[in-house]
Amino acid sequence: MTNEQEYIDALKEIRSIMQRSTRFISLSGLSGIAAGIYALAGTYFAYRLLYENDGSISDGGLMHPGGQVIRPLVFIAASVLILTLATGTWLSYLKAKREGKVFWGQGSMQFLVGVSIPLLAGGIFAIMLMLQGYYGMIVPAFLVFYGLALVHGGRYTVTDIQWPGYVEIILGLVCAIFPENGLLFWALGFGLLHIIYGIIMSLKYGL
Amino acid sequence: MKEIYARLNKVFESRVRLGIMSALVVNTAMDFKALKDLLDLTDGNLASSLKVLEREGYVNEKKQFIGKKPNTRYSCTASGRKAFSDHLDVLEKLINMKK
Repeated sequence: MTNEQEYIDALKEIRSIMQRSTRFISLSGLSGIAAGIYALAGTYFAYRLLYENDGSISDGGLMHPGGQVIRPLVFIAASVLILTLATGTWLSYLKAKREGKVFWGQGSMQFLVGVSIPLLAGGIFAIMLMLQGYYGMIVPAFLVFYGLALVHGGRYTVTDIQWPGYVEIILGLVCAIFPENGLLFWALGFGLLHIIYGIIMSLKYGL
Repeated sequence: MKEIYARLNKVFESRVRLGIMSALVVNTAMDFKALKDLLDLTDGNLASSLKVLEREGYVNEKKQFIGKKPNTRYSCTASGRKAFSDHLDVLEKLINMKK
């Protein structure tokens, strides 16, 4: 009869191996909070650039940005993206090390490929929108594609990243109806949502 | 009761072999290094366990080259998948019976 515990342990171990081998489970919640803060900071700078441009004639807001604000805007977005990726990788690496887990395994590779496809497609699509002058649709496109990346990536990491994914998709679609409020949706989707998500994840899985 | 015990697959009595199968049923294929890191095993231990599983026809070995480096990938065969899932069913039955 002592075997009972043995079988239960065996099943637990099987389950754990299946999880560890297919899923990247070291995603740090703290990096979500950091991503949200970077995004809010970026939104703040973008807002100042677009709407407090000393009343210059190029000041048409998000819908018709003047030629000279596009470059700084792209620069802000790229900085936020790079900072977010770097912080996320670094914090997740520390988390994996602290918990004695493998950081760069089959799971993390599948996760990376899984999120990269929708993100790359979305990024290129956004560039096309910009080149064609559909400025108002850039933010909705980012939100929708990012949401799709999260939903898809959730298959390769903790499934908890799927619900913010659905929220991002909905935010993006609603934003497409009100494109003039793009910055607000941007702040909600990339700022606030990341911070809420990060706090929940930190409480659930530790920093 | 005894009959159920007899249905436990002897090949999976080893924790290491059970671990290898657990990883291979959920992944299309894994190479030696990935399995080793995942299960935290020595080269020798993993190699000999893989041999046993291969001999049973549960695991497939595929040698290939990535650039110039040889790379061996392992995957689970259909009969391996069946044997593993049967084994899990028996484990489950045994646990439920004792509740």
